Amino acid sequence: MKKKQLFENAVQAIFLLLGLVTVGCVLLITVYLIVSGIPAIREIGLFNFLFGKEWASTAEEPKYGILPFILTSVYGTAGAILIGVPVGFFTGVFVSKIAGKRTRAVIESAVNLLAGIPSVVYGLVGMLVLVPGISKIFHVPDGASLLAAIFVLSVMILPGIIKVSVTALDAVPKEYEDASLALGATPDETFFRVSVPAARSGIAAAVVLGVGRAVGEAMAVMMVAGNVANMPSLFESVRFLTTAVASEMAYSSPGSLQRNALFSIALVLFLFIMLINATLNCFLKRNREK
Amino acid sequence: MSSILTAEDLNLWYGETHALKNINMEIPDKSITALIGPSGCGKSTFLKTLNRMNDLIPSVKITGNVTYNGHSIFDKDTDVNTLRRNVGMVFQKPNPFPMSIYDNVAYGPRTHGFENRVKLDETVEQALRDAAIWEEVKDRLKKNALGLSGGQQQRLCIARALAVRPKVLLMDEPTSALDPISTSRIEELALQLKEKYAIIIVTHNMQQAVRISDHTAFFLLGELIEYGKTEDIFSQPQDQRTEDYITGRFG
Repeated sequence: MKKKQLFENAVQAIFLLLGLVTVGCVLLITVYLIVSGIPAIREIGLFNFLFGKEWASTAEEPKYGILPFILTSVYGTAGAILIGVPVGFFTGVFVSKIAGKRTRAVIESAVNLLAGIPSVVYGLVGMLVLVPGISKIFHVPDGASLLAAIFVLSVMILPGIIKVSVTALDAVPKEYEDASLALGATPDETFFRVSVPAARSGIAAAVVLGVGRAVGEAMAVMMVAGNVANMPSLFESVRFLTTAVASEMAYSSPGSLQRNALFSIALVLFLFIMLINATLNCFLKRNREK
Repeated sequence: MSSILTAEDLNLWYGETHALKNINMEIPDKSITALIGPSGCGKSTFLKTLNRMNDLIPSVKITGNVTYNGHSIFDKDTDVNTLRRNVGMVFQKPNPFPMSIYDNVAYGPRTHGFENRVKLDETVEQALRDAAIWEEVKDRLKKNALGLSGGQQQRLCIARALAVRPKVLLMDEPTSALDPISTSRIEELALQLKEKYAIIIVTHNMQQAVRISDHTAFFLLGELIEYGKTEDIFSQPQDQRTEDYITGRFG
């Protein structure tokens, strides 16, 4: 009996330890980012750093304004959400409620495949197909632009949005739908007026997931957005928060203001993601309490 | 006695299972018809055929006919949504939508294009009054319906069904999940509602059938064994199997 008890305790201790690893990682990263991100902001000045319109880290008189990166990330993500959420959500409704068994299986395996494609492949396809295509269709000299990044990001966030929407819609009790149909509502009316509202917290979670993925994506957008530190405009080459860190890290010298500023950008990116999660969590909680 | 729903040689299969066998039955308007029989005898299946909720189950095959007011419900010209609007349904487990009490009742009318705010308020109030729940909820119409007790939820579901002004109300064991007090309230309600509607109720509770129904149909293994006035069925059943069932020898 005692032996059993001891074993139980040991197992629980191991689980606790494993749980703490995750928490520890998050704490470590947070502390590290804050510690290494603050010096540069101090030196440059918070206002100049966040709202400076010019980034010229290697110029003789270097300028460290990251407003172009911030706005690019915001616009890029918003654009991707604007395209990806409706497409993903309606696909979710179709898969969960309308599609037959076989159609559903085909779409779901396609979605899983799409989710498994490495982001560098998205970047490659975007570079070879999307960028020249944009240049041709819109008659701009270079197709590597914010628009190209938005398209690539919208496709990249699709699988997550579809999967989470489908899970949420599948979980809607059949009784709700039966009640609606028995009142003479058509299937479509039932899906949009009963199933979707009942699944709204799950669908909101799908949006969070999409935002998180889009804000955090680096590789694919670096390959299709041109990576020049311009203020964002749809057909101009732009640089995101993520790509700003990634593209200069290799050649910045340790301890220099340039490298420290890159850490500060990472800190801003981190705060962004925290903010998004917190806002949507609040929103979810309010929905639940209603 | 005018019949509102008529089944003619109705057969139904779930895949290979022959669930309803040659059902012929006339259901009178403005009265309560009880469907009794042991579990799996086909009474719920029959009920769900009447508003074509069985359409939602794949592999269902139906032959024969059901007419509503003389029109076949399986006819190509019959709009299934209009049929379900006329033949409302209350389910075994109370299933209010996860929205406010008001929105639950207003759901049907709104779906059918009812926009006028004042009229909608009137319809909702009338439905809630008819379902004998108005006094209990009138001060909290904006509160979530899931906060009501089981018995209240079931009466809310009845109100929701009444709000689209059906002619027939199908009730699938509406009190089996409820306590005795809620049950007797629903029974009283059914007796009031039969002034305006034809009610068809599936029940496992024979006392309930005796208390409230005008006609009783006894189903066994997919067949309609006996159908007649409730007092006749329970006092002098014609078929031995009916007698065995109502005296509790099986089931």
